[in-house]
Amino acid sequence: MIDRSLIVFFTACYPTAEKTVEFMLTAAESGADVIELGVPFSDPVADGKTIQESYVRALRNFRVERVFEIAKAFRAESDKPLVLMSYYNPIYRRGVESFVEKAYSSGIDAMLVVDLPYDEAGDFVEVCSRTGMKNVFLAAPNTPEDRLRAMDELSAFVYLVSTYGVTGERDRISPLAFEALKRAKGICRKPVAVGFGVSKADHVRQLISAGADGVVVGSAFVRLINEKGERATEDIRALTENLRSGLV
Amino acid sequence: MRCWLENLSGGRKMKFGEFGGRFVPEVLIPPLEELEKAYDRFKDDEEFKARLEYYLKSYAGRPTPLYFAENLSRELGVKIYLKREDLLHGGAHKINNTIGQALLAKFMGKKRVIAETGAGQHGVATAMAAALLGLEAEIYMGAEDYERQKMNVFRMELLGAKVTAVESGSRTLKDAINEALRDWVESFEHTHYLIGSVVGPHPFPTIVRDFQAVIGKEARRQIIEAEGGMPDAIIACVGGGSNAMGIFHPFLNDDVRLIGVEAGGEGIESGRHSASLTAGSKGVLHGMLSYFLQDEEGMMLDTHSVSAGLDYPGVGPEHAYLKETGRCEYVTVNDEEALRAFKTLSKLEGIIPALESAHAIAYAMKMAEEMQRDDVLVVNLSGRGDKDMDIVRRRLA
Repeated sequence: MIDRSLIVFFTACYPTAEKTVEFMLTAAESGADVIELGVPFSDPVADGKTIQESYVRALRNFRVERVFEIAKAFRAESDKPLVLMSYYNPIYRRGVESFVEKAYSSGIDAMLVVDLPYDEAGDFVEVCSRTGMKNVFLAAPNTPEDRLRAMDELSAFVYLVSTYGVTGERDRISPLAFEALKRAKGICRKPVAVGFGVSKADHVRQLISAGADGVVVGSAFVRLINEKGERATEDIRALTENLRSGLV
Repeated sequence: MRCWLENLSGGRKMKFGEFGGRFVPEVLIPPLEELEKAYDRFKDDEEFKARLEYYLKSYAGRPTPLYFAENLSRELGVKIYLKREDLLHGGAHKINNTIGQALLAKFMGKKRVIAETGAGQHGVATAMAAALLGLEAEIYMGAEDYERQKMNVFRMELLGAKVTAVESGSRTLKDAINEALRDWVESFEHTHYLIGSVVGPHPFPTIVRDFQAVIGKEARRQIIEAEGGMPDAIIACVGGGSNAMGIFHPFLNDDVRLIGVEAGGEGIESGRHSASLTAGSKGVLHGMLSYFLQDEEGMMLDTHSVSAGLDYPGVGPEHAYLKETGRCEYVTVNDEEALRAFKTLSKLEGIIPALESAHAIAYAMKMAEEMQRDDVLVVNLSGRGDKDMDIVRRRLA
């Protein structure tokens, strides 16, 4: 699913469902290889201020059903892989089977559930493998080898969190990220993408040359939408192209 | 694929039936495992046990009396005993847990503790334990609670803690927990998250229950001494559920009704309450599968109660399990009933209860109407009401 890939994150229904589709397509056209679509949640413990703010605003008029509509509309225009990022409760609340089936039939290729570690994910993984939905599990720099191997086995690619912390732009990639990446690449057979704090072309260049198979950029895009709302399209195009330059 | 799937049961020991578990970002798994190992080791360590017992006795003021409330009993026509957790240092049962966990943090070599607080009771108890044991403390408090409970903010600061107002989400207790978890993701190497109730990911619900079970162990001995046997029922209020779990747990195998009282707020039908077991549904938040007040899309709802300590959209997973198995009963008492009980206990016994505990008193008063003269009720008086003077004065004006 990924190979030297730029993965770009957007909050669903932010500022509107229609605009989310437009932003996703803009990023896909201007150099993003994979789109990650985030389901807003009332209590996003893994997210920093930028994404928290987008969730609060997106939730003012939100239905999970709209996330599937966004995925469908994107899929009608683009073949690029689409990963759904969610906290577990919206999935659990709707029913794991119903949620995953609907997501899959809406064109979502893989799901990443931030607060569902693989050893709590039995039912979820089973439903996904029956449906055809791929899984992406999150690993951290402190993840023990046996856990990393287990999630590697279950994942389409492993999403490595770059640091001890929540999502959000940071000035530089921590030395911890490079150590963790080296270790993960030595253990995992699946591709490894790095996210959290990745926000500049320079970060992209450093991580890809250190062996990352992909990089995830989220807060930098969401901040543009926090600032410019519906008028963020051109800034999104410019940022995507800029980040893309880090891949060359 | 097959071999991994078989290992995906989530580990039985982490769960109470299907409830509980460890629904956290992967980065928190190693610190939770470190905590579990440390707790398993130190809970049976002679030095740890001796120090805990010493502090509970000479610093916190244990054992607390089981007081026969003679005037209230005469008025209601049943025998009512009050477990006087309100007499503890800090004015509530919270100190049982904070001393235990702060000591555990100390034995683990952590330098700092963080905690969430709603009204400020757990924050104050954490600040006290941290001061006692020489730990740095930072308390997260929803911005709305921070404004409403200025005096407790001052108390915590006086005790040497840093208090941080949380502006995100609904700016109340659940958001304070979110922010404490975000802190812990960054700081776990040197920081212990001193969670304040029987909530959160495994092993927290078990650890907090064990430290609070001292309430029930004492009460069991005391009621047998006073009455020669089991009471008819034990009643405690339930927000997250720590004081209730603490008094219930040692009685689980006895022939006694265990009744948890949730905050009915302005009435269940009004939608403005905090009764997650009575009116909520299964969900996953703060690391646990339990009952929550949530909307159709799985978003947590704003809650309401006159007592800030009960104002939380979830409940400890072991309570969810005890409800499902039918071992414990869960009922509600609304704001008005709690305020009436608050006044009654103050006037009849000269004891001003916390508004949280007043919910348990109110239910005992209700139950008494249908009971026999010699029936015995034990009510956990989990805290004193000094902190509630402002709000009660306003409500009764």
